[in-house]
This record gives sequence, structure tokens and C-alpha cells, in this order.
Amino acid sequence: MPRRALLLATALLATALLGLLLGPLTGTATAQDDYGFIPRVVDAAGTPVAGVVVTVRDGDEELGTTTTDARGNGTAVQVPDKGRYTLVFDTSGVPAGFAGGELYAVDKEVGEAHTLNTQRVLVSLKEKANGGVVPSAPVERESAGPTVSLPILVQRLVSGLNLGLLLAIATIGLSLIHGTTRLTNFAHGENVTFGALIAFLFCVVLGLPLVVAGLISVAAGAAFGWLQNAGLWQPLRRRGVGLIPVMIASIGVGLAVRYLYFAIFGSGTRRVTPESIPSVRLGSVVMPVSAYYSMAISLAVLVAVGCWIRYSHLGRATRAVSANLPLAAASGIDVDRVIRVVWILAGALSALAGVLLALLNDVSYDMGFKSLLLMFAAMILGGLGTAFGALVGALVVGVFTEVLVVWLPPDMKYVGALIVLILVLLVRPQGIFGRAERIG
Amino acid sequence: MDILLTSLQQIMSPVTAAYALAAIGLNLHFGFTGLLNFGHAGFLAIGAYGFAISVAVLDLPVVVALLVAVALAVLFALLIGIPTLRLRADYLAIVTIAASEIIRFTVNSSVLAGLTGGAQGINNNEAMGNSYSQAFKDANPFDAGRVEIGPWVFTATQLWAAILTWVVVAVVAALVWALMRSPWGLVLKGIREDEHALTSLGKNVRLYKTQSLIIGGVIGALAGIMLVLPSTVAPGDFNSRLTFNLFTVLLLGGAATILGPVLGAIVFWVLLQASDGLIQLGERGGWLGGFADASQLRFTLVGIVLVVLIVFRPQGMLGDRKELAFDDK
Amino acid sequence: MTSDPVLVAERVVRGFGGVRAVDVEHLTVERGTITALIGPNGAGKTTLFNVLTGFDRADGGRWSFDGTDVTGLPAHRIARLGMVRTFQLTRVLGRLTVLENMLVGARHQPGETLRRALVPALWKGKRAADVDRARELLDRFALGAKAGDHAASLSGGQRKLLEMARALMNEPTLVMLDEPMAGVNPALARSLLDHITALRDEGRTVLFVEHDLHLVKSVSDRVVVMAQGAVVTEGAPDTVLRDPAVVDAYLGAHHDTDLREIIARETARETAGETAEETG
Repeated sequence: MPRRALLLATALLATALLGLLLGPLTGTATAQDDYGFIPRVVDAAGTPVAGVVVTVRDGDEELGTTTTDARGNGTAVQVPDKGRYTLVFDTSGVPAGFAGGELYAVDKEVGEAHTLNTQRVLVSLKEKANGGVVPSAPVERESAGPTVSLPILVQRLVSGLNLGLLLAIATIGLSLIHGTTRLTNFAHGENVTFGALIAFLFCVVLGLPLVVAGLISVAAGAAFGWLQNAGLWQPLRRRGVGLIPVMIASIGVGLAVRYLYFAIFGSGTRRVTPESIPSVRLGSVVMPVSAYYSMAISLAVLVAVGCWIRYSHLGRATRAVSANLPLAAASGIDVDRVIRVVWILAGALSALAGVLLALLNDVSYDMGFKSLLLMFAAMILGGLGTAFGALVGALVVGVFTEVLVVWLPPDMKYVGALIVLILVLLVRPQGIFGRAERIG
Repeated sequence: MDILLTSLQQIMSPVTAAYALAAIGLNLHFGFTGLLNFGHAGFLAIGAYGFAISVAVLDLPVVVALLVAVALAVLFALLIGIPTLRLRADYLAIVTIAASEIIRFTVNSSVLAGLTGGAQGINNNEAMGNSYSQAFKDANPFDAGRVEIGPWVFTATQLWAAILTWVVVAVVAALVWALMRSPWGLVLKGIREDEHALTSLGKNVRLYKTQSLIIGGVIGALAGIMLVLPSTVAPGDFNSRLTFNLFTVLLLGGAATILGPVLGAIVFWVLLQASDGLIQLGERGGWLGGFADASQLRFTLVGIVLVVLIVFRPQGMLGDRKELAFDDK
Repeated sequence: MTSDPVLVAERVVRGFGGVRAVDVEHLTVERGTITALIGPNGAGKTTLFNVLTGFDRADGGRWSFDGTDVTGLPAHRIARLGMVRTFQLTRVLGRLTVLENMLVGARHQPGETLRRALVPALWKGKRAADVDRARELLDRFALGAKAGDHAASLSGGQRKLLEMARALMNEPTLVMLDEPMAGVNPALARSLLDHITALRDEGRTVLFVEHDLHLVKSVSDRVVVMAQGAVVTEGAPDTVLRDPAVVDAYLGAHHDTDLREIIARETARETAGETAEETG
């Protein structure tokens, strides 16, 4: 096992180094003075909306204006330097059906952490019953085009590690649940979203400090995990419902919870903290200060969970239940208790992942569901049901997804990860660390 | 009362017929062969895009466009089927959902926007001359005007669409019935129960699974065309919620039955319309003021129905109590 | 006696992560005989079954059936050649009726291809003949009254019978039974033995895995003993079962313990292990 891990780590490092070496050769360094926004406006159905006047402001200073055309596109508005700007969308010129005249403002960063120099901003307008137009926040970010350079690659690599660590936290719960109960939980993404929404509630709506909100969110996540097990999954296990029906039930749960979030929270994306987070440069890497904290917290939590599984009595019991449930039960392990603890842990961990993900990517009702397939990819890549495997799998998926953006358009970045998922399943269905199963 | 009438009118909608047809395809996969296809939306997307692009962008005749859609669905089935059909049920589920998401991300991407229209999808606008459903409208034998049936009023277009789509559903359902009563159908059901047993009896399990995946997938693609004929093609419509809606349809009516998907689609849409009406009523009455978007509660309801069905009535409305649609191993 | 082997295997090797589960130098099964494959738990009997029938791949070796080299052929093609197996844990098709279970077993069905499935005229005749044969076999295996029931409603013993009858629908030359008597009551075990003898008497060859040496002795013509993946010895039951090497291999350090007790324990352990694997 450790040898394999070492091998893998070396391979990853080698890939990264290769990338670093090739980067300067294949790419051209992007001009640093070329910052700007390209707005694009569509309605809820995705149809372009023409005639929206978009103004880019830096505080009170107006930097430029553009009006969307029939395809919903505006022209690029240049800004002097990287940083955070306000885009104001004026919908008073919008034709009938979108009667509004409302102003809507959104803060966007350009040239910072996860963005590239010219930022496309897609805004979708949503018709409300009262006839007004409520634009939901930008739903998509696009870079101006693929440019490969060393700093960008390093930036992507670090972002990938960050995403990977986040995914690992979320995936460990998914993987432990699968290991102990054989449930492939399609509602796990909703546990992640839950954490983010609770943090949003306490931080933005109730005005508590982010750290306090985060802690409350983790506690609430643990309770949510416990509730799901006690309220649904345990009774289903008692009834002896088969694995496939239970899997389908998890889809129902996911659907129900996700659209409950939607109904309560709406379709928009929002920031989890009212105040903006400053960025810090470390070498060639620029990330919001929260991302550094996020990585540190993730690492600490992962080490703690790893130790718990390896050395604590309950952790060992968890592994025993995963390996052979009847045997574990026969040797006096309280299986129900183990599963209960796993659900509580999974709830808490995925809530934490949700909070961190919200700091990275803002809050939306389906943020967890969107990363569900990445979590599955991580889980399967690492070998089903093992916590350490989930960690390695998540890191690989995270780095891969983020680094791919250097070459792929951002709206295709998940495709790369999904293709990897499929390939892994085909070539090595037992994952990197799983054992081959005996047939028959 | 209005809610009831509007809800019942939904029965005639081409969308309901499209759901019924899609669920028939899914039934072949899941109900009869036991394939856990969580990516059915991908087949619908392929049908819809294959057809609409052929007609609206490439200016091909409708018949050719239909063939293109079918061929693409076969290709997609082969692509995901040949390598994955040996996988465990939950792996197959994950691969199929991943494959359908790849389709959705790809047609949504700006990379192929020249063909797919990217995030905007494909318009279906008569005035702009890029209507892919024009040929169907032109074939309408009914005079323009309104037709009254009981308390409902239909336009000639609506009536024609309803007849056309439901006839297709009936024909395909009959075809599936004929297939499933044959020895070929019995082998599929045997595979659903235990593929190793069938292998030990000399049946080429992967061949049968591939055939099932292809036929069900082509039916799904046809349903995709039906789904977009009255409206436009939008990538967001083919998300995994569509697949899960179809599972709900199937479980409502009864998996592994011939008419289950049809009945399921009708009940699903009537209930969805009715709940929408009730939610609007609630919003007007101010009872749902706490919600940002109360209409989404419909899908919460769908999720709950799915859980309740699978736990308490897995055989649906038409299924045989003894012949539950799932493996309880 | 001239040798007319139906199955010949040479140097068949299958390993799992460094452990050689099967390492069989040479194995033959004579036509028209009942051959018992015995050996302690973990001797590799089921793995050998899996490899020979194409359900598992081999790491090396060649084997031929009825004169045809079937090394590495997919399982369904081996079955079509007339080498049909059953499973340790019965695999009845629970939500099909008992009769449907039988019909699915029939070979050469024209209606099983997609092309002909839609034209009943092409398969109605063969199907009717299959139904007759299925009912005959069901009567023979005392399942006639159950024809219309779902197979899931059958008892454990009836499932064993159904699986054997279904294998016969396939008109196999060689029937390979993986522990047909495991976990059935003595009366049913007796009746299964009679069925096995009847198979040989109607000209088929039988290879079966069994734990209970008494049962083996009473029915088999030849006995093959496996231990730690290899064939230890083979020959007539009387000689083989008296061979001290066999007793050693089979019983290990438990010389004085009652044989039945050990077997009961072994079986119980194996069943527990299997259950764990099933859920896994």
C-alpha cells in the first residue's frame, strides 16, 4: 500500500514538473495589462436578451458601458488593472416580456485567483410573477482563451490541490457510507450544499462571524447526517430493502432536498460572507486568504480522520464492518452504532466541505450536486469504501479537473474529469487501491 | 376546478407522450433487462440535438434527420455499452450518468456553439425560417382553428401533435410487447434476474444487454425529438433531473409492465400540473411567502414520491405484487 | 478400460495476488462417468470450476472439451458446446415462473435472436416442444405442480432441483455441479444422488464438487482430490479414500475428530464466508 501511494505521488509530481517544464515552451505569457469583462445576458430559458445596458464601475467611477446585442452579448469593457469591479445591468431597455427597468449589480473579480484576464460574465434573467426581472447572479465564468504559462499552471495546480482536498473531505463520508452500508448515496451532494446554506444563513442572514457560522454548520451537518440515517436509511435496512431500490431512494431524497433548497433559496448564487476576502500572493500563486485557510483546515481534518480510522477503537470497528459485516457483527461489534457514527461523521465532513466550497465558489442550491460526480470519481478512483483511497482519488480528480482548464474551455472542465472517471471504471474497476474481486 | 381541468388537459400534451415513450425505453433497460441506466437523458439529448441540428442547421430532410438521430443513439449505446455492460449495477449507474452529463456539457459548451447553439440551444422559429418542426406542422391534416373536446379547447396544431405523438407511443409499446413475449424477451428477463445463470446456459449476456441498451436508447432518442418538437432545444432540459423524472414515471406506472410507463407518464404529468396549480394558489393566498421560488416544490414532491414508491410499492400501479421490479439481493 | 476423456486439462494455473488458488498439472474426466472433486475448504475446487467453464480467466494452461480446445473461450460459448455448470449458491431466476426458468435453459431457440423474435411463426413450434420437455423434466424432479409459481417461492432444496433440471434443458454432455448437496436435508441429498446417477445412466458425464465423503463414496466412479490448488491424487473411490495422503490433506491435524463434525464446521464456515462475499 505505501509503496503504491509513493509511486502515485511520484507520478503526480512528475506530471506536474513536466507541465512546469513544458509550460513556458508551449505557452505565451499573457499580457498583464489586458483586463476586462465581456457580459452576456440570457433569460431563464437560456434565450439571449438584447438591449441590456451593462456598466462596469470601480466604486463610483464609471469605466465603460456596453449594450447586449441580439445574441445577448456585449462587447468587452476594459478595466485598468486586475481587481474587483461592479457590473451594473440596466434592464429598462429590454423589450416586452421582460418589463423591468430594474438595476442589478454584481461584483466580479478579474485577474485574481480563479479568474483569467478577460472575464466573461453570464447573467440569466428570471421572470417574476410581479412582472419584474430579477437577474440571478452570474452562473458561469469563462476565460478569454487557453493560455499556458508557468504561473498559470502552478496556479491551477494549487487550485487543484485545494479542490482535491475539499473533495476528499466530502468523499470520505460518501466512501465510508458505501463501505459500511453498501449504499451508493446519490443524495450526498445535498449534504455538502446543506453545510454551505447553513453557513450562509448564520453568516449573511444572521450576521455571525464566519468561523462561528462554519462551526454551527458542521454541527448541523452532523445532526443532518444522524437524522438521515435514523429517519430513513436505518429503517430501510431493517426492512431488508435491496441495494438497488435503496440507491433509487437516495436519488429521490436528493431530488426532494435539492429542490427544497431551490424553493427556499432560489436559483441564484451568492457569497457566503458579506465582506470581500483579500487575496494573498505566495510565490506566483495568488489566492484569496480563505483558500489558504481552507487547505490548512482540510489537511488537518484529513489527518485527524485518518488517525481516527487507523487507531481509535471505533475507527477500527468501522474498517471491520466495511471489510466483512457478518464477521464484524459476529465478533461483537455493534454494527448499528458504527453506521450511526459514520453517518454523523459523513454529515459533519460534507458540511465542512460545503462551507469551504462556498468560500471558493459561492453558494447555490445545486453546488453539492454539481460536485457529486466528481466525488463518485474520487471514490471509485481510490477504491470503494476506503478512506485513504478516497483522499488520493480526490486529489487526483481535483488536480486533474483544475489543470485541465488550462487547455479546455472552462465550460468543458467537468467533461475531462468525467471521461477520466469512465476510463478508470473500465481499466481498473476496483480503483487504485481496491482489491480484485473473486468471481463465482 | 380549473386546476383539475388544466391538469387533465396535460394528458393530451406531446410532452406527456414524450415522457411515456422515454419511459418505455428506460423500461426495456431497467424494468426488463435490469440495467441501471441513470443516463437516459443523454439518449433524449442525442435524439433532440441530432434531429434539430440536421434539420435546422444542416438543412437535411426530415427522414434523414430521423435516421441521423437514430444512428447517433445507436452509436452512443455502443460507446457506453460495449465497455461498461460487464460492470456492477452501481458502476453502470455512475458511468451512464457521467456519460449523459458529458453529452449535456458538450452541447452546452461554447466549443460547439456553431452546431448546438451552446447555452442558448437551438431555436425553433417559423418566422426566422429555422423551424425544425415545420415539416410536421405542414403535414397537419386538420383545418386551422379550434377543436372543442368536452370542456377543453385545442388548436389544430395541438390536436395534430397529440394524435401523432400518441400513435407513435402506441406503436412502440406494441413493439415492446411483441418483443417481450418472445424467447428473446425471456432471455432479457432472465438476465435481469441473474446474468451468471444465463451465461451458464449458453446465452451471450453482453450481446443481449447491448441489444437492449440500443433499442431502449433509440426509443429514448425518438422521445427526445418528441420532447422538443413543440418548443426549442435547450441543453438545460437534458439534465439528470429528466432521467430521475423518468424513473419516477416508470415506478409510478410499474416497471416491467407494458402499459406502466404510459400510465405512469400520464399520472406524473397530471400530478405535476395539479401540484403546480396548488402551489400557485398557495402563493396567491400568501401561504408560501417564505419561499424564494415555491414552484420548485413540485420536484421536491417528485423526490418524495420516488422514495415512497420504491419503499412501499415498488411494483407501481400495474405491477404484479409477486413480480417486484427489483432484485432483493 | 480404454480412455475416452470428455474433459482434459493441462497445467491450469490461476493466482490471486500471489496465492496460487489453482495449479493443476493434469486432470481428465472420462465420458459417461461420475467424477467427484473433493478437497478441503480453499483447495481451489470452485476456482477450477470457474476457470474451466470460462467464468474466470486462467493465468496459464490449456484445456479441451469433447476434443475442442476451449482455453480462454467465453463462458457462454463453452456452455453451448455442452459443458453446463451449476452454482454453489443456487441461481434460480426468482421473478420468473418455474416453467420460464426451464424454458430459458433450452438451447437452439430460434426466437432468441432479435431478428426472429418479432415473427412468432418462426419460434412457436420449437417453444411448444420445449414446454413439453420442460414439463417432463419438472415431473421427474418433483416440481411439476410448481410450474406456474415464481421460482422465488421455492424452498432451498427445490431450488437445487430446479437448477439441475434447468441445466438438463440445455442437453449438456458434461454436467458440472458445484456442491449440489450443500445445505440440503439428508432425504433430499439422497434424491439428488439418485438424479446424479440417473444422469450417468442416460449417457451424460457428471463432474461434481462435494464435501461429504460418504456421499462421494456411494455414487462416484472416480474421485479427484485437490489440496492447496493442486490435484493430490485421483482414482477409484475405495482406494483414494483410504489413501493416508488424502486423509492427511483432507483432515489435516484433526485425525481423531469425527469426520462429520469437521465437515459440518467447514460447511458452516464456508457458507458464512460466501454470504459475506455476496453482500460484498
